[in-house]
Amino acid sequence: MTEYETVIGLECHVELSTRTKMFCGCVNEFGAPPNTNVCPVCLGHPGTLPVPNETAIEYIVKIGLALGCGIAPRSLFHRKNYFYPDMPKNFQISQYDLPVCVAGHIDIEVDGETRRIGITRVHMEEDTGKTTHAGATGRIAQADYALLDYNRAGVPLVEIVSEPDIRSPEEAAAYLREIRATVEALGVSDVRMEEGSLRCDANISLRPTGSDELGVKVEIKNLNSIRSLERALTYEEERQAAALAAGEPLVQETRHWDEDQGSTLTLRSKEEAFDYRYFPEPDLPPLEPDRGWVESIRASLPELPAALRARFDKDYRLKPAQALILAGSREWADFFVETVKLGAAPAAAANWMTQDVAGNLNKAKLELRDAPITPQHLADIVRLVEDDTISLTGAKQVLEEVLASGADVEKVVEDKGLRQVSDTTALAALIDEVIAENPDPVDQVRKGKDGAIGFLVGQVIKKSGGSANPKVAQELLRERLSGS
Amino acid sequence: MPVEIDIEHVARLARLALTDEEKERLHAQLGVIMEHAAKVGEVAAEEVPPTAYAIPRSNVLRPDEPEPGLSHEAALAGAPEDEGGRFKVPRIVEME
Ligand SMILES: [Zn+2]
Repeated sequence: MTEYETVIGLECHVELSTRTKMFCGCVNEFGAPPNTNVCPVCLGHPGTLPVPNETAIEYIVKIGLALGCGIAPRSLFHRKNYFYPDMPKNFQISQYDLPVCVAGHIDIEVDGETRRIGITRVHMEEDTGKTTHAGATGRIAQADYALLDYNRAGVPLVEIVSEPDIRSPEEAAAYLREIRATVEALGVSDVRMEEGSLRCDANISLRPTGSDELGVKVEIKNLNSIRSLERALTYEEERQAAALAAGEPLVQETRHWDEDQGSTLTLRSKEEAFDYRYFPEPDLPPLEPDRGWVESIRASLPELPAALRARFDKDYRLKPAQALILAGSREWADFFVETVKLGAAPAAAANWMTQDVAGNLNKAKLELRDAPITPQHLADIVRLVEDDTISLTGAKQVLEEVLASGADVEKVVEDKGLRQVSDTTALAALIDEVIAENPDPVDQVRKGKDGAIGFLVGQVIKKSGGSANPKVAQELLRERLSGS
Repeated sequence: MPVEIDIEHVARLARLALTDEEKERLHAQLGVIMEHAAKVGEVAAEEVPPTAYAIPRSNVLRPDEPEPGLSHEAALAGAPEDEGGRFKVPRIVEME
C-alpha cells in the first residue's frame, strides 16, 4: 500500500488597521452602517484617481521584515480583472509579479519541535466589499439575490503566501497562530478572525511519501477560525486519501468549508473562465522604497513572539507549552511580565494564567483585555496563596470574583471569609473539640497509623467553616497527639 | 504584421453579447489597434525596458488622514436597486 504525505500551503489575508482605506481617505472601521464609509474612488466611479496610503506601505514593509523577507527595490500594482459585484469597478488593485516583499520564513513550534515554514511572498492589495447572499433559505447556493456593502471595499489588505512546506493540519494551525501573533506584535492589524481582519485559504494535496512532485491540489475557502482550518484540512486529508486509495481521480478545484456539516463542498462560480488579465495599474506609479527608510523600520521592529518565547524560556524557565501561550500575544505577555514584576513567582503566575485565567475567560467567551482583571490582582492572589493567607481552593474563588467584578483581592478575601486561620490559639480550641469527638481515629494516630491524621485535619477544617489552614492544623494535631 | 484576435473570447471576457456584424467590425478595429501596438514593439530598442507608465515617477503616496466621502444617500443614488442600505444585485454563485 502506498503511504501518502500531506502538502499544505496557506494564503493569509490581513486587514491593516490604518485610519483610512488603501487608495482613498474613507475611514477604515469595522461595523459601521452599510455604505457609510464610501466615496467615488472606492465605489469605482469613472474619472477617479487612487493614491496609496503611506502608512499601509509602512505596515506591509514591517510585516515583510518580521517574516524575514527581502523588500523589493521596485514593486508594481496590477489590476486583477473579474466580474463579481464585490468590487464595483470590476477589478481589484493587487500585485502580480513584483510584490513588495519576497522570500521569507517563519519558525513554528509543534510538539516542542521547531519547524521553519517558507514565505513565498507578501503583497499589498485592497479588500473587497461585503456580499450578503439573500433568499428564503439563507444558504449561498439557493440565494435569490445578493446585497452589497462597500465599506470594506478598498481597505488595505496584505496577503501572506506560504511555501507548500506545511505537513499536517496541526502545523497549519501552529503556522496561522504564529502569523497572528507576529502581526499582532507589530501592531498593524487587529487580526481578529471572527471579524474577518485575519482570513485564511488553504491549499492541500497528497503525494506518495518521498516524492518531490506535488499532487492534485484543492483550495479550501471559508475558514473562519483556527479550529475550522484544522478541521477542514483533516477532513480534506482523509477525503483525498480515500479517493487515492480507491483509485479515484482528484480534480483541482476550490472547495467551500461547511462548518455545520463538517465537510468541504465544491464551489463553482457561474463565471467559469478565470482569466484575470492582470496588467499594470496605469494610475499607480511604482513603489521604490528608500533603503534607509526600510532599515529604520527594521531597527524599530518590536520583539517578535519567537524571540519573546526564547526570552521567557531563559529568564523565567517556563514550560514550553506555557511559553507558547504567554508569548503568543502581546497582551498576555505584557500581563505576565507585569505580574512577575509585582512580585509573583514566574512559575505560579504562568500556572494561574495558562490554567485558571485562560479557562475562566474561555468559559465566559472573553478576551483578556475585556476582563476587569489586572496584573495587580493576580500578583495579590499569588502572594496570599504563597503566605498561606488563603487556600488554593479559596484563591480560585477569589479569581472568579475578580474576573467578574474587578474587585480588590483583599476585599474579596474578607467578604467571602476566605482567610485561613493559622493563628494557633484560635485553632487550639477547635482541635481540642475534634480530639474529644473522635476517640477512635485519635487512638489510631497515637498507635502510629498515620492515615487517620488526614481525617482529623478534615474535621478541623470543617469546624472552621473552611478557613483553617490545613498545614498549621496538622502541625498542631501532631504536637498534641504525640505529647501526651 | 497581422495580429490574431479571438473576438468571441474577448467578448466573453467583457460580458458583451455581440451580433455577427458587430463581431466583424470590432475584430477589424481591434486588429488595427493591435497592429499599431506591435509597431511600437518593432521600433523599441533592446536596452529600453518595457514600461506601463508614461512619466518616470514613483512613490506617489498620501498621508493616512481621513477625508470626507459620499453621504449614504448619494452613494446609493446611482444604484438600480437597493435594500437595507445595500446595493441589490442578481444572485452570484451556484453550488454543485
Ligand atoms: Zn473611499
